[in-house]
Amino acid sequence: MQALTNRAKPVSRKKMNLWESMYLPEILRGMFITFKHIFRKKVTINYPEQTRPFSPVFRGLQILNRDEEGRENCTACGLCAVACPAEAITMEAAERQPGEEHLYREEKYAAKYEINMLRCIFCGLCEEACPKDAVYLSETFAPANYQRKGFIYGKKDLLIPHPKEDPEAYAKAKGSRKLHPEGHGNEK
Amino acid sequence: MHLLAIDWAVFTEKLVLIIVVVSASLVIAMYSTYAERKIAAIIQDRRGPNRAGPFGILQPLADGLKLFFKEEIIPKFSSKFLFILGPSIAMLTAIMIGAVIPWGNKIHLFNRDISLQIADVNIGILYVFGIVSLGVYGIMIGGWASNNKFSLLGAMRAASQIISYELAMGISLIALLMLSGTLSLKTMVDQQMDHWWYIFKQPLGFLIFLVCAFAETNRTPFDLSEAENELIGGYHSEYSSMKLGFYLFAEYVNMFLSSAVMVTLFFGGYDIPFVNDHTLINTIGTNWMAVLQGGAFFIKIVCFLFLFMWVRWTIPRFRYDQLMNLGWKILLPLALFNMLVTGAIILLHQNNWHF
Ligand code: SF4
Ligand code: SF4
Repeated sequence: MQALTNRAKPVSRKKMNLWESMYLPEILRGMFITFKHIFRKKVTINYPEQTRPFSPVFRGLQILNRDEEGRENCTACGLCAVACPAEAITMEAAERQPGEEHLYREEKYAAKYEINMLRCIFCGLCEEACPKDAVYLSETFAPANYQRKGFIYGKKDLLIPHPKEDPEAYAKAKGSRKLHPEGHGNEK
Repeated sequence: MHLLAIDWAVFTEKLVLIIVVVSASLVIAMYSTYAERKIAAIIQDRRGPNRAGPFGILQPLADGLKLFFKEEIIPKFSSKFLFILGPSIAMLTAIMIGAVIPWGNKIHLFNRDISLQIADVNIGILYVFGIVSLGVYGIMIGGWASNNKFSLLGAMRAASQIISYELAMGISLIALLMLSGTLSLKTMVDQQMDHWWYIFKQPLGFLIFLVCAFAETNRTPFDLSEAENELIGGYHSEYSSMKLGFYLFAEYVNMFLSSAVMVTLFFGGYDIPFVNDHTLINTIGTNWMAVLQGGAFFIKIVCFLFLFMWVRWTIPRFRYDQLMNLGWKILLPLALFNMLVTGAIILLHQNNWHF
């Protein structure tokens, strides 16, 4: 059989010579090897304190975006729900009332917007479908939960923090991910 | 009349000593579990437990708590009394060895010289052997009482392993006893304080004793009796909760005390190396000396504990026939050979052959 890599080493089945069958020298050799490992660098990353950087194309938890004045972008057109292969998104539309212009950018907005994180496959098609730059995938992932219903994320979980009232949290939620790579096609 | 009078001072003194020794062995055993996990992790380039408390030093407490909270199951058709007796005997015999080990020379308190040994019996070594062989009962009873054929088979394996290695262990010690001419551990330590440690006079004997000690304490490479990944725990497969904890814990107490025995027999006990103890005792006094000696003893024991763990995470387990071969066909003849050679040399010395 041909070896897949050049690191493969066939098992030697030859008879042990006297030195090897005395066993103790070989044990000492083995113990020396393990002793050297005490001084090796640890490979573990202390997870909650330290995190591994994500790749630039990482797709995490969805976020509902706001514009610079903090108004919600989403206009409840439903394109994301249609695009979603896992049928994870549901929403209810509502009409913007006079006086609510500072809350919603468009005349129609999503009164209810839910994503079922157990169904979502984090494919990012909703992000690509959205004409309003309203939904995109961030750099976090859904934390564990004790109940199924805890995985249905409503608007209050998804909405990005207000850019003016809480700029720090806004920047953090937005992350460093490049939202509009060249040729993405959603630029307005 | 005087035979019945109790010397209350001696009584309290021994009681305090017993409490200190038992709790110290338990605490050390507790932290050996932590050390074991840490060393395993470090040898495998991991970090080990580091969540409970700073550096994870509360981990043993958390483990103990976990064991206490687990459901306690006593199998329906087991014999209940024996089922509980098994782990108790394992723990009891493990702790009892500590009684004859001299932890230090003596301290001077309240105008009394207090010996730091619970019982200086003149057959110290025989006592240790007697207790160690009692330990088999803990395993056998546990395996038998579970009323499970696999537990019973596991117990048989464990018992035959321990009995086989006891033989070589005893014979390797006979050579040492011929040299020292005493069975008392305290006298042996005193002999080593002034002369060479016995490891230099009995290197082969020490090696055999060490290997047998590994086998007696069921440590890798001889942990076939519990071999968790092939035997589902051997003799303790039916045990749960703190009764299982007792078995596992007894192993660590055993490890600690067998290290103490090895240090006492071969590494000078509480002797401080490179120091003339008699001149030092005059300069710093008895009590400080006892502290230093206790420290030296403890450091030697810790080195042995590290050795136990280091070996565990280096060597794979023996196959059962290899284990028996090693015990009967290699260690036993080797121990006999060692005994003969030592005897011959002693004989030649006594007949004024100097070389
Ligand atoms: S990432 Fe994919 S699966 Fe998840 S909601 Fe968006 S379109 Fe649906
Ligand atoms: S998120 Fe975008 S695609 Fe989805 S309903 Fe809102 S505007 Fe339309």
